[in-house]
Amino acid sequence: MSGSLTASTRRDFMMFAAAGAALTLLPLAASATPQQVTDEIKKLYADKKLADGKIKLDLPSIAENGLVVPLAFEVESPMTDKDFVKAVHLYSEGNPVPQVASFFFTPLAPKAAASIRIRLAQSQNIVAVAEMSNGDVFITRKEVKVTIGGCGG
Amino acid sequence: MATPTPRVRMPATAKAGEVIEVKTLISHEMESGQRKDASGNVIPRKIIKQFTATFNGKEILRADWYTSVSANPYQSFFVKVPETGTFVFSWLDDDGSVYKSEHKVTVG
Repeated sequence: MSGSLTASTRRDFMMFAAAGAALTLLPLAASATPQQVTDEIKKLYADKKLADGKIKLDLPSIAENGLVVPLAFEVESPMTDKDFVKAVHLYSEGNPVPQVASFFFTPLAPKAAASIRIRLAQSQNIVAVAEMSNGDVFITRKEVKVTIGGCGG
Repeated sequence: MATPTPRVRMPATAKAGEVIEVKTLISHEMESGQRKDASGNVIPRKIIKQFTATFNGKEILRADWYTSVSANPYQSFFVKVPETGTFVFSWLDDDGSVYKSEHKVTVG
C-alpha cells in the first residue's frame, strides 16, 4: 500500500475533483412544483376558463439527455388580423424555475408554432397555455421521463 | 466566453405569400444561475432572454426565454414573405448585448 500511495491519492483526488465538478452542475434550488405552475398561470389568466384543445405539444415521452430535449408546439388558428394566437406560455413542473419560455405572435406570423430545445432537471410535466386574440385560453400538458446517466427517471 | 454567434438557415428567395421555415441557433452558455463554482459561489445567471423577428421593421414574433432553454439555443419558427424584404432577427442577452442577423428574401 505505502509503495503506491502517491498514485492512489492522486487517483482519489481526481475522482473527488470530478465528483465535485459533477456536483456543481446539479441545481441548487428546490424544484418548481405543479402548484407554482398553476400560480404562474393564475397571474396571467386568473379569471379565464382554461379549455382543452387547439394546442399540439410535442416532446419525447422519454428524454435520453436532460440537457437537450426537443420541444415543438403548434396552436390551431387562422392567424388573421381578427383571429390569431396572441401568446403561448410554456411551463415546467419540475425544473428550478417554472417558466420555460413565452412566445408572442402577431398576425404577420403564418403559424403559431415554434421548436426549441430545453433542459429538464428530472422527469416531469411540461404545460403549454395559449391565449387567443379573442381572449380564449387553452391548456395542455405532456409528461416527459428523463433518463440521466442510464438510470430510470 | 467567445462572442455569441447567431446562425440562421432560411431561403434567399420565395414566392409571394409563401410560408417558410426559419431555423436559428446562437452559441451561448445560457448560464442558469443554478451552478456553483469550485469555491462554492453561485455562478450568476446569464442567458439570452429574448428573441425577436421582424420583417421590414414590423414585428412577426417575440420569444421570452428563461433558464430552462438549453445552451446554444436553437429555435425554429415560420414566417411568410409577402414581398421582397429584409428579415431581422435579434437576441437580447441579460447583460444588455444585442446580437443581430439580417436576411434579405427576394420574391420572384
